[in-house]
Amino acid sequence: MSNIPETGRTPRITIRLVILQMIVLSLLLTLGGRLWYLQIRNGQEYTQQAASNNVQEVVTPAVRGSILDDKGVPLADNETRLVVSASRTDLLKQKDDGKAVLTRLADVLGMSAQDVRNKVRLCDSKTPKPCWNGSPYQSIPITDKATTQQALQIMERREDFPGITAEPTAVRRYASPGGANAAQVLGYLSPVTDDEIAAAAKKGQSLLRSDSVGRSGLEKTYDSELRGKAGVTRYNVDNLGRVIGKAGETKAQAGSTLITSIDAKVQAVAEKELAQAIKDARKTWDKVTNSYYKADSGAVVVMDVHTGQVVAMASEPTYDNNAWVGGISAKDYKQLTTKSSNYPLLNRAIQGQSAPGSTFKVISTSAAVNAGYSIDGHYACPSSMTIGGRLFKNFEGESAGAITLEHALEISCDTVFYGLSYDQWLKDGGMKPKKHTNDWFYKTAKQFGLGSTTGIDLPGEVTGRIPDRQWKQAYYDANKTYWCEVAKSNKKDYASQIARENCTDGYVMRAGDSVNYAIGQGDTLVTPIQMARVYSAIANGGTLYQPSIGKAIVSADGKTVTKIQPQVSGKAPDTKKTLKYINQALAGVVTSGTAAWRFGGWPQDKITLHAKTGTAEVAGKQTTSWFTTYSKDYAVIMTISQGGTGSGGSGPAVRKIYEAMYGVQKDGSIDNKKALLPHPATTLPKINGDGTVKAPKAQNAQKASYDMPFLPAGSGGTVQLAALTPDRSEKYLFGRRYWS
Amino acid sequence: MSFANGYPARRFTPERGAFGKLLARDSIVRRLDWPLLGAAVALSLIGTALVFSATRNRTELTHGDQYYFLMRHLMNTGIGIGLATATIALGHRRLRGAVPVLYGISVVLVLAVLTPVGSTVNGAHAWIVLGGGFSLQPSEFTKLTIILSMAMVLSARVDAGDRIHPDHRTVAQALGFAVLPMAIVMLMPDLGSVMVMAVVVLGVLLASGASNRWVLGLIAAGTAGAVLVWQLGVLDQYQIDRFAAFANPALDPAGVGYNTNQARIAIGSGGLLGKGLFHGSQTTGQFVPEQQTDFVFTVAGEELGFVGALVIIGLLGVVLWRACRIARNATDLYGTIIAAGIIAWFAFQAFENIGMTLGIMPVAGLPLPFVSYGGSSMFAVWIGVGLLQAVRMQRPMSA
Repeated sequence: MSNIPETGRTPRITIRLVILQMIVLSLLLTLGGRLWYLQIRNGQEYTQQAASNNVQEVVTPAVRGSILDDKGVPLADNETRLVVSASRTDLLKQKDDGKAVLTRLADVLGMSAQDVRNKVRLCDSKTPKPCWNGSPYQSIPITDKATTQQALQIMERREDFPGITAEPTAVRRYASPGGANAAQVLGYLSPVTDDEIAAAAKKGQSLLRSDSVGRSGLEKTYDSELRGKAGVTRYNVDNLGRVIGKAGETKAQAGSTLITSIDAKVQAVAEKELAQAIKDARKTWDKVTNSYYKADSGAVVVMDVHTGQVVAMASEPTYDNNAWVGGISAKDYKQLTTKSSNYPLLNRAIQGQSAPGSTFKVISTSAAVNAGYSIDGHYACPSSMTIGGRLFKNFEGESAGAITLEHALEISCDTVFYGLSYDQWLKDGGMKPKKHTNDWFYKTAKQFGLGSTTGIDLPGEVTGRIPDRQWKQAYYDANKTYWCEVAKSNKKDYASQIARENCTDGYVMRAGDSVNYAIGQGDTLVTPIQMARVYSAIANGGTLYQPSIGKAIVSADGKTVTKIQPQVSGKAPDTKKTLKYINQALAGVVTSGTAAWRFGGWPQDKITLHAKTGTAEVAGKQTTSWFTTYSKDYAVIMTISQGGTGSGGSGPAVRKIYEAMYGVQKDGSIDNKKALLPHPATTLPKINGDGTVKAPKAQNAQKASYDMPFLPAGSGGTVQLAALTPDRSEKYLFGRRYWS
Repeated sequence: MSFANGYPARRFTPERGAFGKLLARDSIVRRLDWPLLGAAVALSLIGTALVFSATRNRTELTHGDQYYFLMRHLMNTGIGIGLATATIALGHRRLRGAVPVLYGISVVLVLAVLTPVGSTVNGAHAWIVLGGGFSLQPSEFTKLTIILSMAMVLSARVDAGDRIHPDHRTVAQALGFAVLPMAIVMLMPDLGSVMVMAVVVLGVLLASGASNRWVLGLIAAGTAGAVLVWQLGVLDQYQIDRFAAFANPALDPAGVGYNTNQARIAIGSGGLLGKGLFHGSQTTGQFVPEQQTDFVFTVAGEELGFVGALVIIGLLGVVLWRACRIARNATDLYGTIIAAGIIAWFAFQAFENIGMTLGIMPVAGLPLPFVSYGGSSMFAVWIGVGLLQAVRMQRPMSA
């Protein structure tokens, strides 16, 4: 081969051309390899990314089921409001981030531009309210009370309002039929939090960003039934979010309807009377504290004694659930959760606990009989007794000689129960308790379901407290250090003395504890719902029902009706004979006992009422008024904190509730036509073929207009409140405060 | 076509008809590099389908005519083939005389881009809008004129038999021809084209037989220059972002990073066989910007899959392989250099274009030869094909 080949080129060029060819080849191989890496090796991952890239989910919220009363009257339902909302994504696509659009919108809605802008900004730690704390991809409601005209203005000038929609939307409404607001029973909703979505996902359920969940009351207990399932339409979208096809759809399933045992009319009366009783108490002079009764809070429960179903339940102070609709305003939220408002979100019927006072004596009576004391026997009722070196007096210092237990119950003689309880305390070993103590008085209370929750279908129920030996020990263990600290000081004041005593043997049940306990004072705590169950059991022959409010769940199409059957949770530890005696005694309370002065003219022969009054003392506060009553069918329990005596504070209100239910007129006659609920509703309201429930007419559903509030940032919609417990840890620091 | 005695009939035919002439052993048709031509036509046609897929729903671009881009791409291809034919007919040697003129025109055109005549498209000030939907990207043709002018200068004395390799002065002169338009294009700034031109210069020098010192020196100078440009902040921030975002899309999430990411998703989700033409969700959803031009390869990746994308790379391989053959077999240095310059141009531009869609090369506004939509690019690459064919024509028949 010659140096210069036919092509006239040197080897240098030939070699270089080969090099060039190799480089070209390697470049192409590089591309092929990379292609393999992306498409074959990681193809799966990119396929997923592509899928999430172009599918947009549009959520159609499910209409939440209604909550109805026993006759089908809606207590909570939905109304259609025109909701104007803004899509942040669309606004941010505009040159000025949507400022101009929002300003125009503010004009149309008659709001200030700043207000509108604030509502669509996202909440963070630095942003003051109002702000949006939901998903930035969800439409943000600006107002839910747009007029039709405003909505038309917005929808007809689409080009002026890109990203703004005005749509009729179902919004929760708490109708308050006839004024039956039942706030704490119904509860409220607030938007779901990120944590809840995550928690639900773990349980295999799915919560959507747009969901609101029940935060308290029935809305919480029956949340999953009421909520239904939101519909999701999956759209294929292009890079600008324009829909280019539908990828799938699941239809929204409306939530089920909850039929409750609440009777709206009775509920309205109960609420009104409770509020009135509190108002009246505040005008009543308390001779002990030399001030008007504060009557800071109260509760009333009306229960069907045959089933444990709650006919009415009211708690004071109360609030308007509608404030939560669409997100609560910061101001309202603060108002509902501060001390000055005395926590209206609390349902005192299940979360308020206080000493039961003399209403506890039915339990003491049962306990005494079970301990072996004859119910027909006679027991001394002196005006006072000295036990454990202390003087224990009757409430008003009266003495009645030797009386039967029945009579003691009727006139509420404390000293009879002191004596019996003291006797039992001695039998159990007194200050040196036996290994196996009988503790009849404590045992019986627990058998009546005190000291534990009743299991009512409402969230947040508290247990109350039976201060038995175990509790004493636990309390001692918890406070020993403090007592002994105080005991070291040489102070001779009362507190230091008690601390010294407690430091040495504070775990021992003392005579005074037992004696106090027997008349429902001291460390005992009960809730109105517990007492409603106790008295219902006495009324129905001894069956303890698990209280309930939900009666049936009706699917949205009306095809499935799931009844919620009353559950028996126990048996009163009484023989028929004992119950009969107690019944007689409690009827006597109405005719000749402590409540007689409140029931003058009552047609007792036609509608036999039984009652027990209770006036419980609370250290540093005015007395708690308890009034526990029942008829053949209903138990009505009312309590008012710092409300005076049992019959004094609550008597007239309870009587009025009975009058309304039975149609008892002022002259004592009975007008059946005016009776709201002479017999408990045993059947469900009629369910129409389309799933709606027939409600009687003449219910003037109260339509309210609300400000469009927003949930405060960070609250997540959950209101955390400790159960209402008297500040006993301070006032009862020394674990013993004798009633003198 | 033969007599019974086995002699070919035509052997004795003194005059041949037109058809016969076309098929004659030394005819133009027989001397054409058919695989090269076939691959180029196939790429252009595949390009038509991909461009159509990418644009048929982009009403904001097509103005309601779904087939607008499809027809335009076919038309461009046709014009391109016409230009290639003219180039072949002229022959690269006869073209040599016109090189200074062509060079001058191309320099004037790129200069014109810098005047108010020029327009900015997609951040690159590299266009002259002619009106009526036509526009010109002079830098595409400049790649050609750089090759031609350098080849002319470098080969002159060697082909005349004066020297074996171009001397230093000649190399310097040739570089001078390249540097002027490159500097102008740099000012546009059309960095992608400058990169291609730099690689073309390297290829040309390599094939010209210029001393290793020039080749290595240029590589060193280029590297140093790049580092210097980077350090001195000559580049705008958007250029730096564009450059770096291919590796880290987060650097420029709304711009190049978005492109890179979406392109990768499109190609990656294609899998082995692709989602089928017109069925790519990324393409239908228009998630990849500039998909009919610079990012056309993503359509292939998504809708035709690994197999389809490999076919495109394979066809480019055929073009380049035949071009290498042509370069090696060229009878003169002038033809060799032209072929090598075109190889460097096609190879680098294709690698850069596909590489950026695959996330291994920085994003630059460069079309994929034959496949991307765009008249100037289509015309230039087809003229390139014509030049390659012309070089091949003039080789001895034995090769």
